Amino acid sequence: MGKFEYAPAPESRSIVNIRPSYGLFIGGEFVETTDGSMFKTISPSSEEVLAEVTEAGEADVSNAVLAARKAFDGPWGRLPGAERGKYLFRIARLLQERAREFAVLESLDNGKPIRESRDVDIPLAAAHFFYHAGWADKLDHAGLSGGPGQPPRPLGVVGQVIPWNFPLLMLSWKIAPALAAGNTVVLKPAETTPLTALLFAEVCQQADLPAGVVNIITGAGQSGRHLVEHPGVDKIAFTGSTEVGKAVARSIAGTRRRATLELGGKAANIVFDDAAIDQAVEGIVNGIFFNQGHVCCAGSRLLVQENVADDVITRLKRRLQTLRVGDPLDKNTDVGAINSAAQLARIRELTQIGESEGATRWSAPCVLPERGFWFAPTVFTGVSQAHRIAREEVFGPVLSVLTFRTPAEAVAKANNTPYGLSAGIWTEKGSRILWMADKLRAGVVWANTFNRFDPTSPFGGFKESGYGREGGLHGLEAYLTTGANQ
Amino acid sequence: MSPSATRRKASELGSSKVTAEQRIEVRKTYKLYIGGAFPRSESGRTYEVSDSSGRFLANAAMGSRKDAREAVGAARSAFEKWATTTAYNRGQVLYRVAELMEGRCDQFAVDVAAAEGLTRAQADKVVSAAIDRWVWYAGWSDKIAQVLGGVNPVAGPYFNISSPEPTGVVAALAPQRSSLLGLICVLAPIVVSGNTAVVLTSEHRPLPAVTLAEVLATSDVPAGVINLITGRTAEVAPWLASHQDVNAIDLTGATDADSLAWADLERAAAENVKRVLRPAGSGRHASDAVEPDWSPTPDLTRIKAYLEIKTVWHPRGV
Repeated sequence: MGKFEYAPAPESRSIVNIRPSYGLFIGGEFVETTDGSMFKTISPSSEEVLAEVTEAGEADVSNAVLAARKAFDGPWGRLPGAERGKYLFRIARLLQERAREFAVLESLDNGKPIRESRDVDIPLAAAHFFYHAGWADKLDHAGLSGGPGQPPRPLGVVGQVIPWNFPLLMLSWKIAPALAAGNTVVLKPAETTPLTALLFAEVCQQADLPAGVVNIITGAGQSGRHLVEHPGVDKIAFTGSTEVGKAVARSIAGTRRRATLELGGKAANIVFDDAAIDQAVEGIVNGIFFNQGHVCCAGSRLLVQENVADDVITRLKRRLQTLRVGDPLDKNTDVGAINSAAQLARIRELTQIGESEGATRWSAPCVLPERGFWFAPTVFTGVSQAHRIAREEVFGPVLSVLTFRTPAEAVAKANNTPYGLSAGIWTEKGSRILWMADKLRAGVVWANTFNRFDPTSPFGGFKESGYGREGGLHGLEAYLTTGANQ
Repeated sequence: MSPSATRRKASELGSSKVTAEQRIEVRKTYKLYIGGAFPRSESGRTYEVSDSSGRFLANAAMGSRKDAREAVGAARSAFEKWATTTAYNRGQVLYRVAELMEGRCDQFAVDVAAAEGLTRAQADKVVSAAIDRWVWYAGWSDKIAQVLGGVNPVAGPYFNISSPEPTGVVAALAPQRSSLLGLICVLAPIVVSGNTAVVLTSEHRPLPAVTLAEVLATSDVPAGVINLITGRTAEVAPWLASHQDVNAIDLTGATDADSLAWADLERAAAENVKRVLRPAGSGRHASDAVEPDWSPTPDLTRIKAYLEIKTVWHPRGV
């Protein structure tokens, strides 16, 4: 089946006004760096320079932490929960009002299709603020008190480090619960995707959020390290690689500082022979090719029951030929640009290893743009559990297909990983779904669906995928403390 | 006929008459408790345990790295079955432990009095508190999911439910001072939700833990669910903290342990992203750690420390 022909339908980028240069957002205003430097952020789909942003130095980070402390000890700490909540409602509304602007900017800076930034990232980010706004004056009813006379309390200054795959959405997952619980924050967006966080700083100004409640410092790993290791930070919330997550855990060892970690994954998406195969194929595509596969909970290992494997793979390949890869701002685009040259190199390296280890590679035939960072949707068949593409997180549009015969074998293979973030099950048999869901060692299990997210739904992993949850009541708890009796 | 009368009769028949003062007590060999068995340490080592006044009590087994690894293996093997035992059944099995403890309360009181330098009356109170605490935790088995889980109102046509599950194998450094009540406050919240445990007992006060092992061995708790290792905390704890098949570690007993810094253990635990329960203490520094007062009724902190929240989604439709 050939691809439908579509005329380009680009979203206008004129809605976004990108400044040539950005300072750091500390104490309610943009300030120039004291000991940092400047670097450029580019659009991964064109390699065009979008703006110059600040690489925060150690003194910058200290200033941000001090501003957050001052706000926590000052106006924010004294503000009743109901008033705090109203700021969060304001932010939610501002995000909705400026949603298209955020969506275009996100697609420009990150490379993701406008269809996803417009329909998923930005609406969910606003929803996170709206959900948590309502918690601010109801914390005493959350079942989190340590006992009579021991209501839950905020932790203080929270240092937050987020990845580049869902820049504004990860920001909202971090900032909304932290503020609802009464903390103040210093957040560092990823170095390749700082722009929506800096636009969010403007939203904080429009909301008249008290100075220092939210501080945004940009920079790369070293800026993040300064933040994580700063003794004035009471809690770290980190989303990123397992390797860096372990470093965060080591750096707070022996202190009273806390951490929650959302790390990597290598999720199994398990398709049984009685599944609705066409729906399952859509779920497989959504599981691994959503957001170019730059998703920690992506269904990167397809486990398909042996007797339907050929059928599933045939239909999957046919479906992949209809995906449109290209301009992120085109409303018809399904798969956008890889976020950075470094990530593209990592994907290329692992896929080459996949071939050299003996798996069979198939890539969707598509014309990739000449400029920018691109990788065609790719499927490996004949993959064994020992192959690196079955064990390591590729974090790209690359699916590894393995087969199984019995439910027990599917469980054993799915759980055969140090990760435990998510899993998928496709079957029409209800009792099998529940049996599988019990056995899978993963924090989120999608049955007959995949990659669904909601502010009320806790997200987070087992084992080396991290600890703590984000979203829902369980996520809120990570930003509160009680006078505990152990 | 009472047991003592039986013994008297037998000794009369044997013609050698022994008075109570003359009788030589049969002493116990104190061993480890691993996988439901009572092995000596594979290292062949023992160490002297004294009472609070320095009087020799026993040679306890001095557990080694290999003993700890055996115990983790036993705990891993026991995990799946214990984790999937129904909450009602798990609650009954654990309640049964309290029944057996009650029957041994004299022996526990003697052990605790010697270990902690308490009068018999004080020790009796500690033992009662320990048994009652075990009952308190046992009763949580079938409440945890209701209190800590629930349905989430997601904005879409999906059923979405979160429920707590045990994290896996949990290593615990039992408190150094409170040899029975503290031990139970550390152990019970691990196993009540379906985790399996490897516990390093109080280094200088290990004997109540060995008596507890004898209770566990005759209870319905499956072999390997609870493993108790006596020995030097500073020697064995680092192997548990760095063990790649241990999912969580409770560092409570690092407080007051000889030559041991809990910061090092937490750092080692990061290697496989273990869940770490730090020693109690309100200060910002490691050295501020203090062993808590175990007498107040706990909150759910310890139960929560070894739980994973799993969220399951399914579409709603016709």
